[in-house]
Amino acid sequence: MGNAAFKSYTEADQLSYPVAERAPLVLGGNDFHGVTEVVTGLIERKTPWQWWVAFLISVSMLSIYGISVAYLVYEGTGVWGLNNPVFWGWAIVNFVFWVGIGHAGTLISAILFLFRQKWRTGINRAAEAMTLFAVVCALSFPTIHVGRIWLLYYAAPLPNQMSAWPNFRSPLVWDFFAVSIYGTVSLLFWYTGLVPDLATVRDRARTKYRRLIYGFFALGWRGSNRHWQNYEVAYLILAGLATPLVLSVHSIVSFDFATSQVPGWHTTIFPPYFVAGAIFSGFGMVLTLMIPSRSWFGLKDVITVRHLDNMAKIILLTGSIVGYAYAMEFFIAWYSGNPYEQFAFVNRAFGPYAWAYWTMITCNVLSPQVFWFKWCRTTPWFLFIVSIFVNIGMWFERFVIVVTSLAQDFLVSSWDYYTPTLVDLGCLVGSFGLFFTLYCLFVRFVPQVAMSEVKGVMKASDPHYPGWDEAASSEPAAVAHIQDAQSEPAAAEPAPADAAEPVPDDPVPEEGGE
Amino acid sequence: MSTDGKPYAVLAEFPNPKALYEACEKVRDQGFSDWDAHTPYPVHGLDAAMGLKPSPVPWFALVCGLSGAAGGFLLQTWVSVSAWPLVISAKPLFSWQAFIPVTFECGVMAAAAGALAGMLYLNRLPMLFNPLFNSQRFEAASDDKFFISIEASDPSFDADETSGFMQSLGASHVELVRD
Repeated sequence: MGNAAFKSYTEADQLSYPVAERAPLVLGGNDFHGVTEVVTGLIERKTPWQWWVAFLISVSMLSIYGISVAYLVYEGTGVWGLNNPVFWGWAIVNFVFWVGIGHAGTLISAILFLFRQKWRTGINRAAEAMTLFAVVCALSFPTIHVGRIWLLYYAAPLPNQMSAWPNFRSPLVWDFFAVSIYGTVSLLFWYTGLVPDLATVRDRARTKYRRLIYGFFALGWRGSNRHWQNYEVAYLILAGLATPLVLSVHSIVSFDFATSQVPGWHTTIFPPYFVAGAIFSGFGMVLTLMIPSRSWFGLKDVITVRHLDNMAKIILLTGSIVGYAYAMEFFIAWYSGNPYEQFAFVNRAFGPYAWAYWTMITCNVLSPQVFWFKWCRTTPWFLFIVSIFVNIGMWFERFVIVVTSLAQDFLVSSWDYYTPTLVDLGCLVGSFGLFFTLYCLFVRFVPQVAMSEVKGVMKASDPHYPGWDEAASSEPAAVAHIQDAQSEPAAAEPAPADAAEPVPDDPVPEEGGE
Repeated sequence: MSTDGKPYAVLAEFPNPKALYEACEKVRDQGFSDWDAHTPYPVHGLDAAMGLKPSPVPWFALVCGLSGAAGGFLLQTWVSVSAWPLVISAKPLFSWQAFIPVTFECGVMAAAAGALAGMLYLNRLPMLFNPLFNSQRFEAASDDKFFISIEASDPSFDADETSGFMQSLGASHVELVRD
């Protein structure tokens, strides 16, 4: 370390940087090796006690899911609070909620990649992992809500004993394809990004099993530039494919509602409104996960306060879009002249579920407005609190859409009030257990920051970075240490001399104020 | 690690991306063919410095994507028109507009799989072993060091001469890696 080409930046530098130059993305004077140490240290050091606490709580919650689902499968979906006319209850609410959470991960990994937003590299790995786990949670709900889960394969176009095939005109079948393909492509994208980092872990492994297991998943990656060339193109294509895919997924989820005739669902605004809400909720969850983990795992130099600042801005934007959509729904209901549509919306705000509606408005529309203020965007504990509000608000949004529209539909005689049961609650809490358990395993066994990408966006990564000239001129020793190694039979012995190690006495002048 | 294996390559280590970049340009101009650079991250502009042709991966993705989309559309058409003809809401059996979402999803799935499979095929991965892994210093290629390897299969390879050439390019360490 101590390489003159890597300057030591602080949080203050990062936040007060002049517009003329791009702010640094990695703080604390870390060089390439420093990034490797910070990130792989997490999975090589002894497990921190906080991890065990988080893991045990998560697994306990997961066991609640196991018990709830076992009881549900044994007894049938009657154990949920579904009634006539509310045939869709918390299972669908939870499904839409979890799919939405996943969207932020793909936005960060794919859309921000296409927009060349380099700051994404600090958080994309963890956000993509979050996407995968959220999709797992989401897919669990359609699976269990069919009741007879052993007949789930009817949803797939497979030859079966009844010679029956799916109805491809149904948005529910589109949804089956959209979400399962979204999950698969997200997995491919995530794994592709992971390969070079798994190679780093393999190369640092000091035990046989570590070397074998990480080596197996690293596929024999050796950092070859001929490989990098194909790799980068493949990664770009995956990003280009994931971008329309992620926009299509929540659009198709919204078609489940929008193509029906139910007042409150039958609106054309649903696809963009669902996508904006999905990104909004996903960034809320990213903050909820990353604010604790960056401080517990010592990642503050890589997941910096600037990352939090940027995410808060996206939350402010998407939260405002969601607020606009809420208002526009009311306007269209009035403007349409359709009495059922008008009733549905007035009833949302002032009917029996008004408490849920105003919870949603408070959490989703009002709470993100604090992010107009810089202090709110750059104070981690405050961001964490707002991120919890966002999570709650977006869950309630789906509850409001699903339940209020069904509970008071066309005929007054069929109205009913929906109340969840203990099993409903167990499924919701349990799905969080599933999500957090998977996330805990991820941070323990997988590099949670994309090291190769972070190194690639550091200023020193560019071969034409002026700092390398200065570093070379200030340490001529680096060239003098060439070993006549061709006479050595092999590299069995360790490095003969640390050629690049000497630290220059006088630091190279900063070039920041140009 | 054996000392008696055949020479596989000369491996030169460079301390920073600038030194590697400049060395790559010279190796390219020297006319070597079986050689490679090894870096912890994709170094910007190195493809040109090495004189690499554009990657053919997009063709894999395009062919797979179009096949996937066509396959998805044909499956839906066959199911809806022939295998299980159901009249839904008085819509025609071949209601192609309703088939677009699944067609799109199938195309994306196949294109993504094709891009990944094409990348792995072109890179000849997975291949868990490579003689370069015999070098201990090479472990830093995934951390913070930059390497050039010139393989013994190259027509102009000569263990001593090539090593000397790499030293003249400013390598901080040069070694001969054996099979």
